[in-house]
Amino acid sequence: MRVGVVTFPGTLDDQDAARAVSIAGGEPVALWHGDDDLKGVDAVVLPGGFSYGDYLRCGAISRFAPVMTSLVPAAEGGLPVLGICNGFQILCESHLLPGALTRNDSLHFICRDQRLRIERTDTMWTSDFTDGQEIVIPLKNGEGCYVADDAVLDELEGEGRIIARYLEVNPNGSRRDIAGISNARGNVVGLMPHPEHAVEALTGPSVDGLGFFTSVLTSVVNA
Amino acid sequence: MSIDTVQHAIDDPDHAQPYAELGLKPDEYERIREILGRRPTSSELAMYSVMWSEHCSYKSSKVHLRQFGEKAPKTDALLVGIGENAGVVDIGDGWAVTFKVESHNHPSYVEPYQGAATGVGGIVRDIISMGARPLAVMDPLRFGPLDAPDTKRVLPGVISGVGGYGNCLGLPNIGGEVVFDETYLGNPLVNALCVGAMKHEDIHLASAKGVGNLVVLYGARTGGDGIGGVSVLASETFDADGPAKRPSVQVGDPFMEKLLIESTLEVLHAGLVEGIQDLGGAGISCATSELASNGEGGMQVWLDRVLLRDETLSPEEILMSESQERMCAVVAPENLNAFMALCRKWDVEAVVIGEVTDSGRLTVDWHGERIVDVPPRTVAHEGPVYERPFHRPTWQDALQADVPDSLPRPTDAEQLRATLLNMVGAPNLASKSWVTSQYDRYVLGNTVLAQPEDSGMIRVDEETGRGVAISTDCNGRFAKLDPYAGAKLALAESYRNVVAGGAVPLAVTNCLNFGSPEDPEVMWQFAEATRGLADGCLELGIPVTGGNVSFYNQTGETAILPTPVVGVLGVIDDVDRRTPMAWGPDGELIYLLGDTRDEFAGSEWAHHVHGHLGGMPPQVDLARERLLGEVLVAGSRDGILTAAHDVSDGGVAQTLVEMALRSGVGARCWIPDGIDPFVFLFSESAGRAVVVVPRGEELRFTEMCAARQLPAHRIGVVDSGLGPDSGYDEGTQVLEFTGQFAVTLDELRHAHESTLPAVLNS
Repeated sequence: MRVGVVTFPGTLDDQDAARAVSIAGGEPVALWHGDDDLKGVDAVVLPGGFSYGDYLRCGAISRFAPVMTSLVPAAEGGLPVLGICNGFQILCESHLLPGALTRNDSLHFICRDQRLRIERTDTMWTSDFTDGQEIVIPLKNGEGCYVADDAVLDELEGEGRIIARYLEVNPNGSRRDIAGISNARGNVVGLMPHPEHAVEALTGPSVDGLGFFTSVLTSVVNA
Repeated sequence: MSIDTVQHAIDDPDHAQPYAELGLKPDEYERIREILGRRPTSSELAMYSVMWSEHCSYKSSKVHLRQFGEKAPKTDALLVGIGENAGVVDIGDGWAVTFKVESHNHPSYVEPYQGAATGVGGIVRDIISMGARPLAVMDPLRFGPLDAPDTKRVLPGVISGVGGYGNCLGLPNIGGEVVFDETYLGNPLVNALCVGAMKHEDIHLASAKGVGNLVVLYGARTGGDGIGGVSVLASETFDADGPAKRPSVQVGDPFMEKLLIESTLEVLHAGLVEGIQDLGGAGISCATSELASNGEGGMQVWLDRVLLRDETLSPEEILMSESQERMCAVVAPENLNAFMALCRKWDVEAVVIGEVTDSGRLTVDWHGERIVDVPPRTVAHEGPVYERPFHRPTWQDALQADVPDSLPRPTDAEQLRATLLNMVGAPNLASKSWVTSQYDRYVLGNTVLAQPEDSGMIRVDEETGRGVAISTDCNGRFAKLDPYAGAKLALAESYRNVVAGGAVPLAVTNCLNFGSPEDPEVMWQFAEATRGLADGCLELGIPVTGGNVSFYNQTGETAILPTPVVGVLGVIDDVDRRTPMAWGPDGELIYLLGDTRDEFAGSEWAHHVHGHLGGMPPQVDLARERLLGEVLVAGSRDGILTAAHDVSDGGVAQTLVEMALRSGVGARCWIPDGIDPFVFLFSESAGRAVVVVPRGEELRFTEMCAARQLPAHRIGVVDSGLGPDSGYDEGTQVLEFTGQFAVTLDELRHAHESTLPAVLNS
């Protein structure tokens, strides 16, 4: 099972995402922002970081990268794509997911071990969790406040596309405590917290993050 | 517009030059004239003035810093010693580690965000210029009192700057310090540490070898930021419509730095680089003169080739600019195309600005005219050296005689309880999570321990689990009472923090922050602290591998507390066996290692409760620290310690509270016979740690301590069920001191965690 991990200039968590794929049992494949070749991978992770420095709007420049010209149609065709943090921002900028991520309501960057509830387990990235499962994984962002208009939020709720919500503390002011959403088909998922930092007991607050990576391996096999 | 060329300097020898405004003394200016046999050009004057500044030349500190080399303990671990950008230490398995700490104090006071951000950027470039991949950063920070209005200006900006730069660069921030004291109000200390790792064969040095090799400047374009004092030259050389004076604090671009890291590591690993140097203080002046001086001895530079952000910059300004995110590499002509291709891959601009020669001269041309012609060693390495006069301060004896013995102490259990709650919320002892939660500690996925643990620990090798641990420490109050002992105490604390995690100390770095070296009393503090640190390193058997001196940290006549920040780096063969600070399940036994004496001079209690500073600091016994280290490391190796935590500021009480809050589980503790409860709880005697031992390992552990003659007192047991006994609800977690008082972890947490937010969020 080959999972592509895209590196943009300023991507930071690419080696973490690749490590998580390996630990889950997959084969990570490095994809380069300037190359539109997806190398025949079975799924793609857009990792966290500050692509292009995020000096404009987070993810606003990355969406125009050559790799995205192949990735967007592939995702629309059903390729599993997980965007983490900056990757979530890029998915929103690319209109693969609705809404936007704005500055945290505290106006500070925040790094904390965050409790989440998995709200939907029939996406390609969450199938190994149980309904309502509570997990703890790191959250670290400066612009993680998920916003959308009420109609979109209602639609996401109605279609069950909110895949994870913040518990105990809403760390960034996200509407309806949204930590992650999916597209209608369930193959494209955006998540603000970082499952790739919770795959080893030694370095993470838990190994709860592994479920996202094992899920996609299972989903692709069963697809 | 007129350019001051070498020819012009010869033709007009008596032209008056603003050397004093550039910080040069009359005799220093005369020496430059002697070296050159003529007056310097304005560009040469710019280069000498900045390279002979205290910051670049260490002219006041050099004679004292020599001790670090002279007294260095014999070790095979040191691969590259002091003098390079950063020392390099062998950590085994073919891995080498480099680490260094630097100050960015003054810029951070002027412009907190950018000052702190570029402090991080500068130290990271030092590490990559050795060929190492940066692994983590740490920031020892000191501010004025938490409730002072200016602290609310400086602190949030500094924290945002450290976080903004480090987070965007993708380096975990794994520790450091946040300390408050009146003396830092007009002069905060912003020190930045970076650690990096490489395989032995990847070590690179800053030298321009190979005549005919090319000097490539790459990274960000050169702009007008960070020019500072040299503007007097510009205003002399240019007409009134020349460039405007610009802010003297540099502006950082962490995104460019990230590209610089990746491109630099790729060109190094591809074998395309003969020598490399980062651009920091003194910019191109420093990089070219140091590279030339360390290599074949000559270099020709065509300064007009430098890519500029601002085309109106004068050559003097280009030579001096401290624009960030730039590097200088020496590349053989046959490798140039490959080098440029890798720069293009990372969207990094690069240009050849010079060539290595064997002329023995550093020559710089500007549009065909020679503006610099100097022997590079005289710029880079042969600056003035001063034996500054120093003497013991007139007030030192009175300060040491003002012992804290008569300060009112809590006398009963209720007062002890109130003192504990007051102390854990004191700004210096309170939780620093308001700060550290703004730093990414997870990125790169190798952080094993991070704040508030004793040390930051990073996995270096994912296959073997080999890693390093680092801590930085200094109690400036101890150093004020006795700078010699204070420096040793800083070293001892840092050493203790590293061994607490289970790592074996290997090397020392330092950032020596002091007032004005022109004040003989400050100079005495510096001389004493340096002597203490060198002696201490010899006693502990670990060498100083590099460091930094920051002088002139004072407001008017009032100097900061002498603050020799000491960083200790240790190695751990398998990070899986690290000892964290949180204790385990019920029934585990809590031991205090070491001796507790009645030592309150310079303590946090005397400072916070009474605003008192006087007496002699705690005894320092480095042989005992070594012994303690052996027990903590052996305990980790043998797997008989669940937790360990160093005892320092705030005493045993603070240590126990931090361990309890970290684990979320209460404990029943008691005060050993024959010791006063207040002294037991709050004394800051050195050489101590609290450890937690599973019951089944108790015998093995106590025998190990007895064999080494290290005092070990059982002072408690982990117990989650104390609530009902102490009059609280079932399940309430309680820290109890039998026969004295009990306090819930909720109360402690509230006291400990609300101090910083209450002030900084208001």
